[in-house]
Amino acid sequence: MKDRDQPAIADQPVIEDAPVMEDEPVIALRGATASLGARPVLRGVDLTVRPGEVVALLGANGSGKSTAVRSVIGQVPLTGGELSLFGTPFRRFGDWARIGYVPQRTTAAGGVPATVREVVTAGRLARTKLGILRRADRSAVHHALELVGMADRAKDSVNALSGGQHQRVLIARALAGEPDLLIMDEPMAGVDLASQEVLAAALREQVARGTTVLLVLHELGPLEPLIDRAVVLRDGCVVHDGPPPKAVGQHALPGHDHVHPHADASAEPLRTGLLS
Amino acid sequence: MEILDYAFMQRALIAALIVGVTAPAIGIYLVQRRQALMGDGIGHVALTGVGLGFLLNASPVWMATAVAVLGSVVMELIRWYGRTRGDLALAMLFYGGMAGGVLLMNLSDAGSNANLGTYLFGSITTVSPQDMTTIYVLAALVLAITVGLRRQLFAVCLDEEFARVTGLPVRLLNLLVAVTAAVTVTVAMRVVGLLLVSALMVIPVAAAQQLSRSFAVTFAAAVGIGVVVTVAGTTTSYYVDVPSGATIVLFAIGLFAAFTALAAPLAKKRARAASEAGKGCTLEVPAGRVPADDVRV
Repeated sequence: MKDRDQPAIADQPVIEDAPVMEDEPVIALRGATASLGARPVLRGVDLTVRPGEVVALLGANGSGKSTAVRSVIGQVPLTGGELSLFGTPFRRFGDWARIGYVPQRTTAAGGVPATVREVVTAGRLARTKLGILRRADRSAVHHALELVGMADRAKDSVNALSGGQHQRVLIARALAGEPDLLIMDEPMAGVDLASQEVLAAALREQVARGTTVLLVLHELGPLEPLIDRAVVLRDGCVVHDGPPPKAVGQHALPGHDHVHPHADASAEPLRTGLLS
Repeated sequence: MEILDYAFMQRALIAALIVGVTAPAIGIYLVQRRQALMGDGIGHVALTGVGLGFLLNASPVWMATAVAVLGSVVMELIRWYGRTRGDLALAMLFYGGMAGGVLLMNLSDAGSNANLGTYLFGSITTVSPQDMTTIYVLAALVLAITVGLRRQLFAVCLDEEFARVTGLPVRLLNLLVAVTAAVTVTVAMRVVGLLLVSALMVIPVAAAQQLSRSFAVTFAAAVGIGVVVTVAGTTTSYYVDVPSGATIVLFAIGLFAAFTALAAPLAKKRARAASEAGKGCTLEVPAGRVPADDVRV
């Protein structure tokens, strides 16, 4: 883990059950297997994330990285192996308020118009009793909007936002619950560079507070300095667990937009989008 | 107003008012979930309940409620487990419910084809005092759920996966939406009829969202539109002698058209206000944070 000073942020709402820096892993996934239909997608994945760590899950399309994070939050049932969250076996885990989740989406909108604030407030439900909003809840929502630079758009309809702004709203929704563990599935997909930098800054502030982060990425991009460890998956198996691979060549250039098509998956042994 | 001198018209207007409030209140969650036609399906299934009521000499309203609730739970189960061809399973349920209702009604002595018509298209002036009690009870239930649990239902209908990770009881809330929709269908059955019930769940919401930017405003406006069209439609049907259900639905569509026509100039006005607030194009370098990929000119 990198050295990080942890500044006290003045206007930060205090959480009663602040994370205790025990050495118990936040996520402990051991020998996990899972399949979608008849196809095995995870074939014995070990993934440990310790408190305060920022772990990136990398791999080609279809390598199982999305399935791996979705199994961690119980959205894909494991067919084998063990999972515990915050030291509690998954079956007995119920402390969902400690987890903030950013699903892989291109839109934050539903069938009815909703304002940015309404969508972000939905992320606060885990911490409110019976959905009644108190002052602390409103300020947490406002703080989350400020973190992603969307506070001035709070009253706008989400239908009027750009792709990058949708992603910022989805991340603010996860941050509104003041989670100890932030799980993000491709948060940078389809996000313009300006939004990517806003999101990287927001994430840096969360990490400075001691938030643990697990994120699925196609490539490291502006988040690279924040990543402590990278876990690379290929065909449902972990093929690398250690320091993040260094981007080289064209991919290392600032502002490189990863839009060119990949070669056939079988043509190269490892498709992380980082080493090619 | 002489219209209020008759007890049957008083009941009709109160029933219309209640339907105008409840139908859009649950309909907004169905629209949010992009299941605008679910109310229509429940209406078809409820007809089997009406037929069963006639055949067993039980109250058609309560039997319709029971069968509609059962049907909506089955639809929810199909949505959970049969994602592959859920649309076909739902089609079976819709048309099976319709056919079952017609068949059962013909088998019973009391139910005639004329009777069938009043359930399909509504017959607001035949609302009895007993019906009113049922309507009050069911409407109170619908309002308690749609208003009391609005934040939870909003989250679940917007993004189920996220709601599950928030720790919300998503399956329970989904069932609650389905059951509430079923109850609303039977509340509205007498006023607009089973075939037109879904219109009152969807059209006021569609009209309201032409002009609104937030969920809360859409909710309030949809309920307001629902009340206006049901009361206006019922009053019109008294003076002009036209069927209440059809009049209400056509009024709602008229309002939708008017709101859509208003929406374009309003959007233009909002865009103009936004550009006047300094969001237009300028060569000035912005004062705040400059994006790293900004190109200096």
